[in-house]
Amino acid sequence: MTASTPQEFPAEAHAALSDETLKVALRRLKTHFALGRQLAFTRYGDMEALREQGRAIRDYALSRLDSLLESFERQVKSRGGQVHWARDAKEARDIILKILRETGAKTVTKGKSMVSEEIALNPFLEANGMHPVETDLGEYIIQLRKEPPSHIIAPAFHLSKEQVAETFRESHTELDPRRSLEERTTLVLEARRMLRAQFEAADAGITGANFLSAEEGAAVIVTNEGNGDLTRLLPKTHIVLTGIEKVVADLDDVSVLLRLLTRSATGQDISSYVTVMLGPRNAKEADGPENFHIVLLDNGRSRLIGTEAEDVLRCIRCAACLNHCPIYGAVGGHSYGATYSGPIGAALNPNLLGVSAARHHTNASTFCGRCAEVCPVKIPLPKIMRYWRAREYASGLAPKAMTFGLGLWAFAAKRPALYRFFSATVAWTLRKLGGKKGHVHALPIMNGWFAVRDFPAPQGKSFHHLWAHRK
Amino acid sequence: MKPRVGLFVTCLVDLVRPQVGFAAVKLIELAGCDIEVPATQTCCGQPAWNSGADKHAADIARQVVDAFESFDYVVAPSGSCAGMLRIHYPELLKNDDAYATRARSLAAKSHELISFLVRVRGMKDVAARSNVRACYHDSCSSLRENGVKTEPRTLLASVNGLELSELKEPEVCCGFGGLFSVKYPEISERLANDKIADAQATGADTLLGADLGCLLHLAGCMEKQGKAMKVRHVAEVLADIHGPALGEPR
Repeated sequence: MTASTPQEFPAEAHAALSDETLKVALRRLKTHFALGRQLAFTRYGDMEALREQGRAIRDYALSRLDSLLESFERQVKSRGGQVHWARDAKEARDIILKILRETGAKTVTKGKSMVSEEIALNPFLEANGMHPVETDLGEYIIQLRKEPPSHIIAPAFHLSKEQVAETFRESHTELDPRRSLEERTTLVLEARRMLRAQFEAADAGITGANFLSAEEGAAVIVTNEGNGDLTRLLPKTHIVLTGIEKVVADLDDVSVLLRLLTRSATGQDISSYVTVMLGPRNAKEADGPENFHIVLLDNGRSRLIGTEAEDVLRCIRCAACLNHCPIYGAVGGHSYGATYSGPIGAALNPNLLGVSAARHHTNASTFCGRCAEVCPVKIPLPKIMRYWRAREYASGLAPKAMTFGLGLWAFAAKRPALYRFFSATVAWTLRKLGGKKGHVHALPIMNGWFAVRDFPAPQGKSFHHLWAHRK
Repeated sequence: MKPRVGLFVTCLVDLVRPQVGFAAVKLIELAGCDIEVPATQTCCGQPAWNSGADKHAADIARQVVDAFESFDYVVAPSGSCAGMLRIHYPELLKNDDAYATRARSLAAKSHELISFLVRVRGMKDVAARSNVRACYHDSCSSLRENGVKTEPRTLLASVNGLELSELKEPEVCCGFGGLFSVKYPEISERLANDKIADAQATGADTLLGADLGCLLHLAGCMEKQGKAMKVRHVAEVLADIHGPALGEPR
C-alpha cells in the first residue's frame, strides 16, 4: 500500500466510508478508548482539576522552553549522554545515521515513536543499508504491511485480527501453516517469537520520549509491552528521538502529566511500564547502553510560539481527540495522508506540511468541540483549526468558488434592506419549488447539499416580512 | 418595568421557518419580557467566521453590536448563533478599539432561547399540548458553547401529552457543521445516518432540537432516504404552535 497525500483526503474519505472492515474497527474507538477513558476519569474523581494542572504545567514549560532545554542538556551531558539539536527532519535523520555509522550499527530496534514517523526515519535508514525493526506490536504489524500508522497510540487500529494473521502468514515464511493464529494471544506470541531474536541481535535501539524532565535531565517513556525497555537496554547504543516541546520542569510535573496521559489515552490508571532514562550505563549498573544520545527535533515547533496556534504545543499525544472525533471515527486515520490525523493532525499539519497542503484537515471539521472537551491539557483545537482556515483565506489559498460565494453573501448581509429582498425572494422561490410535497429535491446550485439531502421547503414568507406586517 | 429583549431571529429562521421566530416571541413574552425585533439584523456571521473570512465576519459582528447593544438581553433561537455572539464576537473584535468592550458587553447579555427562559427568567413549565413521542437532539453549540442540557428537558417535561426519550449518544455531532455539510457531504451524511439511527431506536416519532441548521440537515437526509420522522424546532412545541413539520407536505 502506498501512503496517500493530504490533498487526497476527499477521495480517501470516500473510499474509507464504504470500507466495512474499517467501519467495524472504528466502532471500537467508542467501546474501547472513549469508554475506557470515561471509566478511568470517574474512578479518579476530580479530573477537571487535574486537566487544569496539566494545562498549567505545559504552559509554564512552553513559556521557558529555552532555559528548560538548556538545563535538560546540561544534566544529560553531566552523566555522559550526548544531546543533538535538529532544526528539521533532514538534520534529525542525518544525525541518527551518523551515530549509527560511527558505532558500526546495522540492525536497529525501535520503540514506538510518532516523531520518527514525522521525519520518515525508517525508509531513510533502509535506503542507507540499515535494518530498522519496529518492536511495538502495532508498529511491527504495519511495518510488515508497509503502511503508515493510522492512530497516534494504536498504529494498527484499523486492522482486524484476521488481517494481522494474514500479514504474519505472508511475512513469517518459516511459520507452520497448520499453526492456528485465530486468537489474539497466539498473534502476540507469534510477534514476540520473531521480536525476541531481533532484540538480541540489535546493535542500536531508538525510542521516542513522552516527556523530558529539565531538572533531572530525564527522558520518560510509557509502554504496555515492555518493548521500550528491551529496545533501550540491550543494544550498545540508545538514541532517544523526540520533539523539543516535550520538556517540562521536573519529574513532579511529569507525574501529573502521566496521570492525565494514560487515563486519556487507554483508560489505564497507569501504563504497564513507565521508564525513566537518565543516560548511559554507569559503573554501578548491571545493564544499559554504553552510548546514550538524545536527538531534539524542532521541525517548525518553535515558530508556533507567539502565534494563535501555540497552544497546540501543549499536546501530550494521548489521542483522546482522535478517539472522540466524529470525522476521524467515520474516515479513519489513513484518509488524512499524514503522520498526525484527527483533530490534533488538523492543528499540527498546516505548520508541518503547509496551510494549503493540509487544508482538508482543517476544513473537514464541524467544530463540534468534542476534541477540546476531552483534551487532557485543554488545547482549544477548533480555535486552532479556525486560525489555520483564516490563514488560508487571508493568503488567497481558499477555493475561489467559496471565496466568491462568501463575498456575495457578505455583501448582502452587510446591507439589511438588500438582504431582506433576497431572503424574501429565496423563501418564496423555494416554497414554490417545494410545492405540495414540502421539500426541494434538487437545485442547480448547492450540489454539496443536494448530493445527500433534500431541502425542507420554507414556509413562504420571511419572518421579517411577517413581523413587519403583523396585526 | 419589564426587561427589553432584542430577538436575534437568525437567518435560517427568517428564511425557512418564521414560525420558530413567532414561537420565540410568544415564549419570551410569557417569560415576562418586552420583545423587539431590530430591522437592521441579517445573520450573525458564522459562515464567514468559520471559513476564516475574518474581515467579513467582523463587519457583520459590528452591525449586530450596533443593532442590539441597547437591549437588556439578546436572545436567539439557536445555540450556534448565540455561541457566536457570546463567545466568538469578543474574540473577533478584540483588536477593534471602538468595538472590543461593546462586543464583550453584548456577549454578557446574549443567550440561547431555552437557556434564557429557564436560567435567566426562571421558567419552569409551559402551557402546551402535543401528543408525540419525542427525542431531543442536543446541538454541539447548545451543549458545549452554551452549556444547555437540562433546560429544554425541563420545559418539555411540562408539555401535556409529550413523552420524551433520550438518545444513546446525545453528545455526538449530527454532521451539519454549517458549510461543512456542503464541503464534505458524504462524511456529513454518515454522521447524520448515525444520529438518525440513534433517534429512531428510541421509538420516538418526532425529533426536536434548538438549532435549525442541524434540523434542516437531519430532516433533509431523512427525506432523501424516505425515513419517516417529524423534525421540529423545540420552541414550536413549547409555544404550542403546530402545522406541518420540517419538509412535511402542506
